[in-house]
Amino acid sequence: MQLHLIDYSVMLIYVGFVIGIGFALKRYMKTSADFFLSGRSIPAWVAGLAFLSANLGALELVGMAASGAKYGIATCHFYWLGAIPAMLFLAVFMMPFYYGSKARSVPEYLKMRFDERTRCFNSMTFAVMTVFASGISMNALAKLLQSLLGWNYHLSLWICSIVVLLYVLKGGLTSAIYTEVLQFFMIVLGFAPVVYLGLKDVGGWSALKATLQGVATDPQKLNLNSNSFAPDAWTSAWTPIIAGPSANPMGVDLFAMIFGLGFVLSFGYWCTNFLVIQRAMAAKNMSDARRTPLIAAVPKMLFPALVILPGMIAVALASLGKDHYRLPPVIIADSAFKTAVSDVRDGAVPNGNLNPQLLSDELTAQTGLHFNLDKITALFQENVSSPTSLTDAQIRARLQDAVTEINYDGVILSLVQKYCPPGLLGLALTALMASFMSGMAGNVTAFNTVWTYDLYQAYLAPNKSDKHYMMMGSVATVVGILISIACAYVARNYQNAMDIIQLVFGFVNAPLFATFLLGMFWKRATSHGAFFGLCGGTLTSLLFHGLTLPAGNATGIKGGWITVVQTFPSEMAQNFWLASFAFLACFFLTIGISLATSRTKSDEQLKGLVYSLTPRISEPDQPWYLKPGFLASLLLLLCAALNVIFW
Amino acid sequence: MGLDIRLPIGMMFSLLGALLAIYGLVTGSDTDLYKSSLDININLWWGLVLFVFGAIMLVFGLRDRRSK
Repeated sequence: MQLHLIDYSVMLIYVGFVIGIGFALKRYMKTSADFFLSGRSIPAWVAGLAFLSANLGALELVGMAASGAKYGIATCHFYWLGAIPAMLFLAVFMMPFYYGSKARSVPEYLKMRFDERTRCFNSMTFAVMTVFASGISMNALAKLLQSLLGWNYHLSLWICSIVVLLYVLKGGLTSAIYTEVLQFFMIVLGFAPVVYLGLKDVGGWSALKATLQGVATDPQKLNLNSNSFAPDAWTSAWTPIIAGPSANPMGVDLFAMIFGLGFVLSFGYWCTNFLVIQRAMAAKNMSDARRTPLIAAVPKMLFPALVILPGMIAVALASLGKDHYRLPPVIIADSAFKTAVSDVRDGAVPNGNLNPQLLSDELTAQTGLHFNLDKITALFQENVSSPTSLTDAQIRARLQDAVTEINYDGVILSLVQKYCPPGLLGLALTALMASFMSGMAGNVTAFNTVWTYDLYQAYLAPNKSDKHYMMMGSVATVVGILISIACAYVARNYQNAMDIIQLVFGFVNAPLFATFLLGMFWKRATSHGAFFGLCGGTLTSLLFHGLTLPAGNATGIKGGWITVVQTFPSEMAQNFWLASFAFLACFFLTIGISLATSRTKSDEQLKGLVYSLTPRISEPDQPWYLKPGFLASLLLLLCAALNVIFW
Repeated sequence: MGLDIRLPIGMMFSLLGALLAIYGLVTGSDTDLYKSSLDININLWWGLVLFVFGAIMLVFGLRDRRSK
């Protein structure tokens, strides 16, 4: 894909502005509280949009479109069943404790409520997880840009990282938050025209639905799924889930969906992850802190139209065969191409030792991918009839086109490629870059705060001057970004290592919400209960993973490495059930151990940290329609309406 | 914080909008260029949308700044 001067200009203007914001904020960074907490001075709407944007990394954007293609509208459950109720719960019930306790981070709240052990466990896993997550996301994006746009992997990785480094270093959390707001608008305004053009091309919403109904009954045709489904499998959110795991492409049952995703995983992420909560904690007062997730919930509710719809559009386009559009194939590795091309050159000749079927098998053995036999036959015959007329590059392109496996992560870029003339192309790519940077800056600012306050100040160097901690924040920012870059390279070369690490963090995260829930709403929960409950929950996820396996997978990284007791129809189902088990184990262990141990903190010490011991917040100066309770109920109603409309 | 984020957002999007709209005007006669965007001069129209959005942000940001 060729970029023009206008495209580069758009990107440069954007980069200039985000760095400019960092430099403009530099003079306000006087204390460590300014750097790490934005001096608690951010207005609610700014914090709200940053709250969303920090979560909207490139992986989220690319991944949601991928799921939209794979699973259709049921992907919206991540938003309408998961994120929104969790965000509303955070605003109404949990924010008063995070903000009111004056904790500077989520792990610090755990220390105030329980003790150092739980904080240490949480802050260490969180710190390591954020840099790794950032690295994985960076690798994914740089790889995508390389394979689809031909950009240099190292160059895109380092340039994006240096831009983020510059503005976070200069302006700390404030500059991350401010640029996240700018990035939010950039992402929305950059992708909206692509979605509009795609939807128009398919023929509008009802035509899209009609096409996807055809796809659902025969998804093998596009290599989407090996089963067949009822016509509404891609276009109804609830009917296919209710009908059971074999009736929806996710392979998920109703309980796993509602309890596993809707409750455990979503509440676990939105209500305990410091990455997003840090944005709300930077708000200028309690009302604004509570309003932050509420403001974020409004655009979040509508986001499926921007991030999930493109995946569905792509499937419809491929099904209609519009302008020969196809879902992007998995890219053949550079290392495999040389032998693949020479296979064609040597094998596909008159009196050669291969036929199309053998050639295809040979290619599969070399690349690990499958090939469309018709396309391979055509290529074979063409090469046989005139063995020298095709260039290496042409053979390469033909082979790539014949791959049947779908590169779902490439779906969104393939639409950008299809619909964007120069100019708009620059805007859409800038939007992708913006999402990448917002996710990365979110990780980096959360990392440097947790590192400096919860690990460095708490254990390594207490009682130093504020200036010292501020300097440490800058060091942590640089080191955090460097480690992320290192992780990106590890992920590039050892994908399995990264899969294992992500798996382990999944184990740690699954039970976490139980600890917070009991900590905030049950004053009898003790520090022994919390710590050993959390450890027990994590062990439960480990054990659960070792005993279960998603159907059609070999034992090992996907599970079943102890022995297979239970198989699940899909990886997603296994994941949701794992979270449910880990949560319940942590929940009941915490209760049991708490009842068996004595309390170490008195009611007085827990004031402001536990629901029943904290005076209700009264906001007499707020009109009733601005109170969090009312706003949250209204939003919940709207969210329920969306669920019903797309039932 | 002393910086009103609406001002840089407003400036950036009005600048980007103007740039795209002008590019759209200049290239408007090139029908081949806009085949991919379903024969819509998307640069011109979307540039105008961005420009209006940026201008609104600027107006609100500047109004508050003056009242302070």
